[in-house]
Amino acid sequence: MEAFITHTGRAVPLRRSNVDTDQIIPAHWLKKVTRDGFEDGLFEAWRKDETFVLNLPERQGASVLVAGPDFGTGSSREHAVWALQNFGFRTVISSRFADIFRGNSLKNGLLTVVLPQEAVESIWKLTEADPTVEVTVDLEAREVRAEGLTVAFELDENARWRLLNGLDDIGLTLQNEADIAAYEGARPTFKPRTLQV
Amino acid sequence: MGRTLAEKVWDDHVVRRAEGEPDLLYIDLHLLHEVTSPQAFDGLRLGGRRVRRLDLTIATEDHNTPTIDIDKPIADPVSRIQLETLRKNCAEFGVRLHPLGDVEQGVVHVVGPQLGLTQPGTTVVCGDSHTSTHGAFGALAFGIGTSQVEHVLATQTLPLARPKTMAITIDGELPEEVTAKDLILAIIARIGTGGGQGYILEYRGPAIEKLSMEARMTICNMSIEAGARAGMIAPDQVTFEYLRGRDHAPEGEDWDAAVEYWKTLRTDDDAVFDAEVVIDATELAPFVTWGTNPGQGAPLSSNVPDPASYEDASERLAAEKALEYMGLSAGQPLRQIKVDTVFVGSCTNGRIEDLRSAASILGGRKVADGVRMLVVPGSVRVALQAIEEGLDKVFTESGAEWRHAGCSMCLGMNPDQLAPGERSASTSNRNFEGRQGKGGRTHLVSPQVAAATAVLGHLASPADLSDQADAAAATAGV
Ligand code: SF4
Repeated sequence: MEAFITHTGRAVPLRRSNVDTDQIIPAHWLKKVTRDGFEDGLFEAWRKDETFVLNLPERQGASVLVAGPDFGTGSSREHAVWALQNFGFRTVISSRFADIFRGNSLKNGLLTVVLPQEAVESIWKLTEADPTVEVTVDLEAREVRAEGLTVAFELDENARWRLLNGLDDIGLTLQNEADIAAYEGARPTFKPRTLQV
Repeated sequence: MGRTLAEKVWDDHVVRRAEGEPDLLYIDLHLLHEVTSPQAFDGLRLGGRRVRRLDLTIATEDHNTPTIDIDKPIADPVSRIQLETLRKNCAEFGVRLHPLGDVEQGVVHVVGPQLGLTQPGTTVVCGDSHTSTHGAFGALAFGIGTSQVEHVLATQTLPLARPKTMAITIDGELPEEVTAKDLILAIIARIGTGGGQGYILEYRGPAIEKLSMEARMTICNMSIEAGARAGMIAPDQVTFEYLRGRDHAPEGEDWDAAVEYWKTLRTDDDAVFDAEVVIDATELAPFVTWGTNPGQGAPLSSNVPDPASYEDASERLAAEKALEYMGLSAGQPLRQIKVDTVFVGSCTNGRIEDLRSAASILGGRKVADGVRMLVVPGSVRVALQAIEEGLDKVFTESGAEWRHAGCSMCLGMNPDQLAPGERSASTSNRNFEGRQGKGGRTHLVSPQVAAATAVLGHLASPADLSDQADAAAATAGV
């Protein structure tokens, strides 16, 4: 996983709440068996509309998505995260994220930043007034900075440490092999098995 | 202090707990399907890792599978590649797979319970958000992303922060016309699509205890639509009876030991939930959605709401956008909304009881002209049972299409889709824009409402049918 320390880029204001994963990446894109090539599927239906914010010339190359509350609701598809990353987003800011989406993002190094709705509004206004405004998401300092604006955000220490170092979860877990083996040794025999052994 | 059901199951699965780290939880059952697994197997291959516990892992094909002509090669090459990839991966790593055409094939959340693999007090995960379904057994069950699928394959564990707990108590008794689907739609409309965020829900109270296992699965299935990753119901005699004798249920001494353990899986009287919601069952009525998220629902007898009536600005905007997409206007009676398609199926309502209740309403009646009705059993076993009971005949005689098992029109990934602008009454769980096909408009309903809607051609409940019959009888002078 790519480490996330700090990132500065232009923003895309997505003034919508409840952006579900079917909007982020529609189901027919889920047939792919790789992790890349999802950029054209990102917000596919909305992008048919020329005036959709992602289509505007001044938003090209932006890397910070600033969305309304309850971003990423719906299905568990990690493809939603890959699509955002393939498109070029490094971080998403919202006042509330769906749990599974948030977990998936952190596993892929896409930083989801929870800010109060007022702060989201302020960034929307800033970038709508001037699309060239840059937003910095600083994971080390745990703050979001933009012209005249500094807002702190929370992220639990463990997730932050893994992101800052770009650590592979599986490798970390396997360091606890002895604990896993001990747990397995003590599992009751009545627990279900999918195979006869 | 006492513990809740969720806390008990959680505690029993902690492999490792350390200050400042998420708990490392052991996973008892890992369900796989074709959509969210290919990149996980790839990851294993890249890391030179194997599947740690093949005996706790099982795969089926469901999302991409066609529901007609299943003996022919799959027409869509991309779908075919995805299914072939699953078959290849399962063969290479040694995972048990039920492919298209197999008698145990079906929607992953229908297959687990019917095999008896989903048991009280287990942890169940799958790369699919509706894994919450399995919570109906008192299992802690939740959807995971592909990276986590890889993690479970490699380690049989997941590092997780413990969610908070929310009690959803349903007092009183459900009125006769009100089903589990109506109840869960009403719960979501009440707490909102973000209301369960960060919580494990526990559905409890007299109305829940009276429900069958299948109805309980319908409720837990849609916990995710309320924003919760998991929903649970304490196991009881109904649960034990459902499990007894199933393929993978414990036997003999194991059964006794299991039941003894399962009986301890109840929230203690002095346990404290982080949040509580109480709903009076007696006030509920058949419920349908009018918007583009599952929280945008209302009683069938009411009207499409006026966005202006919402105080919250973002809710108002969401309602405006939803009405525009759905092609509806404020104040329109929900009952007058005409549909083109009716879909009965999915992991929410594709089990045998759902088919029975739809059939009981359709029996002797006809699907309205111009309406296409698809009945898609959740699994091959459900299909076989339905055929044994003659339900397939009831459906085809009334003009509905009887299909093979799969996710079908629940999502637009296989050939069963809505055309742009088409409107459906669907027993599935998501009414998102384009979920059932690009530009398609979805109203979530119960199997009963679906069947009545099919007959009348507009959103309707079974009571409307008897009204219609009475009215017809009256005009005929009988
Ligand atoms: S039936 Fe629908 S919700 Fe259930 S697993 Fe299939 S696609 Fe997902």
